[in-house]
Amino acid sequence: MRTGRIRDVVILGSGPAGLTAAIYAARADLNPLVLEGEPSSTSDQPGGQLMLTTEVENFPGFAEGVMGPELMLQMRAQAVRFGADLVVEKATSVNLSASPVEIWAGDDAGEPSVRSRTLIIATGARSLLLGLPNEARLIGHGVSTCATCDGFFFRNKPIAVVGGGDSALEEALFLTKFGRSVTVIHRRKELRASRIMQDRAFRNEKIDFVWDSAVSDILGAEQVEGVRLRDVRTGHERVLPVEGVFVAIGHAPNTGLFSGQLDMNANGYLVTHGGTKTGIAGVFACGDVQDHEYRQAVTAAGSGCMAAIDAERYLAAQHEPR
Amino acid sequence: MADNIITVSDDTFDEQVTLADVPVLVDFWAEWCGPCKMVAPVLEEIADDKKGALRVAKVNVDDNPRTAQRFQVMSIPTLLLFKDGEPQSRIVGARPKSQILSEVEPHLS
Repeated sequence: MRTGRIRDVVILGSGPAGLTAAIYAARADLNPLVLEGEPSSTSDQPGGQLMLTTEVENFPGFAEGVMGPELMLQMRAQAVRFGADLVVEKATSVNLSASPVEIWAGDDAGEPSVRSRTLIIATGARSLLLGLPNEARLIGHGVSTCATCDGFFFRNKPIAVVGGGDSALEEALFLTKFGRSVTVIHRRKELRASRIMQDRAFRNEKIDFVWDSAVSDILGAEQVEGVRLRDVRTGHERVLPVEGVFVAIGHAPNTGLFSGQLDMNANGYLVTHGGTKTGIAGVFACGDVQDHEYRQAVTAAGSGCMAAIDAERYLAAQHEPR
Repeated sequence: MADNIITVSDDTFDEQVTLADVPVLVDFWAEWCGPCKMVAPVLEEIADDKKGALRVAKVNVDDNPRTAQRFQVMSIPTLLLFKDGEPQSRIVGARPKSQILSEVEPHLS
């Protein structure tokens, strides 16, 4: 995708933050280039985490709810309509000490793929896996990174969901449409999930809970046959027979690209100040990559708007006569 | 959809895939699967690039559960490459074009 032209705005990521930034920057005639990311079955893909969801009930303006992938396709179309350029590639490297900043994408090596006067980082967060060897081996054979994609294959089967937050309960509730039973496995005695999700999960007859337990192994030769559970208080182990395992134990920001170049907090999230500014002039961050606290589609979109306005003002200031 | 992408069903799978005279890359997908939608344009590009050497076939798992079950598809998108009637390669989950091509190309003559 190498291009010689120096861009005004390059946006990394195409979730709600990146696409809202693209809509605003495009409407400001800045012709932004969006590196959308690469297809995958994790949340690290074009469209981001909402591509793995079903009904989004809390995005303002959709009284009856909207499907996550549909919402993202609409945002994308809106950005394209105002003249954003979107490329299905992932940034592989950045040099933020150069001005304009240098960005490499896809298979490009040597000369940067693109240079830009401003950079808006909206690379988001990815869902974490357990990191067990048998988990990787059994992906697609009972271990899934996408409940909405794969729930269908577990009709009348026993399913386990690992985790205790909103994502875990959303997946568990969704999976009750298919599975015979859904067991939520959580390391602690109480859930992190919001009250409304907890109430729904506790009311659902198909869902039961295993508390104070961690998954120490996933069992099965060809397909998942069970999970080994370890009681975190007593160390006692037992096997829970299930045929599907869905992991929703939290998220980590996609910030590896910026390590050593931008300030991050202890969890690896980018640190912003004064709106969406990072420590480097002309480099802005928005959405979940810099938000450990709220992590909503609407807050990501809101901060994407802020980043585009910050970038626009930064560019305008550069052009002012001194 | 590109004209060299075919839609196959439980009833036509053998005729159009296992008995085909060229390698066939089968995409198991469904309407409700976000990653399937993102990988669909990539498959259209591959179908165009490899025209003559490779056919791309789509199986909607909602409408064709028997075929999905027959090949133990438990996650979508799953891509299966068939050559001489046998699955040669399995890609689970949406992937970038370069990764799909590097799995598929060694099987093309």
